[in-house]
Amino acid sequence: MSSVREQIASRPSLGPGQHRETSDTASRRPSQSSGRGIWPYLLIAPAVLGTLYLLVYPLIRAVVISLQDFGLRQLILGHAKFVGFRNYGTLLGDSAFWEVVRRTFLFMAINVVLIMTLSTLVALMVERLGRCGRTTVLSALVLTWAMPVISATTVFQWLFHSEFGIVNEVLTGLGFESFDRYPWFAHGPAAFAIVVALVVWQSVPFAAITLYSALTTVPVELYESARIDGASGPRIFRSVTFPMIRPIFLLVFSLEVIWTFKAFVQIWVMTNGGPGDATTILPVYAVQTALSHQRYDLGSAASMVTVVLMSGVLVFYFRQMFRQEDELA
Amino acid sequence: MSTTRPRIRRLPLNAAAFLTVLVCLFPVYWMVATAFTPTRDIQSDNPRIIPASWTLDHFRTAVGAAGFGLFWRNSVLVTLSAVLLALVIALGSAYAVARMRWKGRRQFMLMVFIAQMAPWESLIIPVYIISRDTDMLDRLPTLTLVYFMMTLPFTIIVLRGFIGTIPPELEESAQVDGCTRFGAFRRIAFPLLAPGLMATSLFGYITAWNEFTYANFLIIKQQDHRTLPVWLSSFQNVFGTDWGATMAASTLFAAPALVIFLLLQRHVTSGFAAGAVKG
Repeated sequence: MSSVREQIASRPSLGPGQHRETSDTASRRPSQSSGRGIWPYLLIAPAVLGTLYLLVYPLIRAVVISLQDFGLRQLILGHAKFVGFRNYGTLLGDSAFWEVVRRTFLFMAINVVLIMTLSTLVALMVERLGRCGRTTVLSALVLTWAMPVISATTVFQWLFHSEFGIVNEVLTGLGFESFDRYPWFAHGPAAFAIVVALVVWQSVPFAAITLYSALTTVPVELYESARIDGASGPRIFRSVTFPMIRPIFLLVFSLEVIWTFKAFVQIWVMTNGGPGDATTILPVYAVQTALSHQRYDLGSAASMVTVVLMSGVLVFYFRQMFRQEDELA
Repeated sequence: MSTTRPRIRRLPLNAAAFLTVLVCLFPVYWMVATAFTPTRDIQSDNPRIIPASWTLDHFRTAVGAAGFGLFWRNSVLVTLSAVLLALVIALGSAYAVARMRWKGRRQFMLMVFIAQMAPWESLIIPVYIISRDTDMLDRLPTLTLVYFMMTLPFTIIVLRGFIGTIPPELEESAQVDGCTRFGAFRRIAFPLLAPGLMATSLFGYITAWNEFTYANFLIIKQQDHRTLPVWLSSFQNVFGTDWGATMAASTLFAAPALVIFLLLQRHVTSGFAAGAVKG
């Protein structure tokens, strides 16, 4: 009975509940172990303090720096002056910055469309496979997902190596002579395409497995009745399957949008934003501005623009998640 | 539902499955295969998909490279301490959330969920400046703290779920028998929680083990304090065009994660669907 109460108690809307007292009568420290008072706050204190110092403080510091005149001089000597929104003005007046913003959105759009399309197709395929095939495909997906970012990035550099890379070898072998010693990382669009390929390759497994587990929750009866009604395959997907997995689909979608910015690592290691600035997206631009050009103020401003752009998607993600299940209860 | 279909109709499906597996596995396979291929075969004009001869030379080069042991030790040290710290602190928070009723619990969990999605890529600059101001640059404890914060939210979320599955009656009856609340938790719930702790910490290990960005920008002058991912990313600068050695290093670095995930595949798939973890 108290387990039911425990569950009910986890929903704040239901009753103040004095029911925990019974279990504490034998306790030596009744006032402290009643689950109220100071104890819960002591237990969460380290986590809250950690978050405040390691997450909230850096964020506030970034906002402050973005409002200051903060270069190498101020980094060493301190005493940065506040200049209001001048850094944001400089940034938004710079056509190079807008080029980076445009490229970031292009990068995001291509990645997300490819990831969502491919992972939906893979999920649908896995659902239709036999037991053996399903295990094989899922294992392959998990292995890909487990591949560390740095390892994957190094391998892709090797795959697309101009002289000994297997991709050029195969393409040349297939009759595309122009790919003989083709320097992928020296051409902007080619380097951009490789970064996209790498990010998609690394992201599809998570999305596909999550969508597949959503698919398995769709009742078989729904498919049967749809088929009896004479619905075609695409029609069933549009009217039965997709509406059922829509919440999870939207969750994965917003996660992938947010995670676009994590491509920082791949880009930094593989191309450093180059050639030229063909693969420079917002986080790369921010770090380059700050740490390579010592303009910490402009870099922070660019980071804050990134955070603002991202937070829109984040709000959407949280609304989806909390609608999906009452996680906070 | 489709097992009764004729073989011919399943052909495109199986072809697609084969293609998926091929695309997923080829880069991984190629990394391992190159690592075992002698340099003369790597640099030939006709690379073979299956190496004609095998060698361990590249692994010797990679392991013998300057600092490999040191960076390996650094990585292990930072990863272990970050994950242990996160586990201890998350256990307290998760217990408070799952077993106690207090004002602000919802707000706390909201904070945890937001922290889980923290924009770490956009915090490099302030973290760099803060570490510089507090003399924490080039030091491993700085990395430990950052990795601790990266893994903490997820650890709290998952542990809260695990504690929620243990019936509170078990602890309550122990308390009736004279245990303190803490004693009841330690003797009754903790042993039941151990597998959950293991599974949770795995994600933390992987995150911390793979982290590149902060290791790259916070460890600058003290090269002795670098970690493996940074070392691997600069491997080509060190070894030039020795791709065999680079792939061997890459394989050595990836192997722990690959093995763990294959062994724990079932837990992994359900776990990361629940926690939305990015590798």
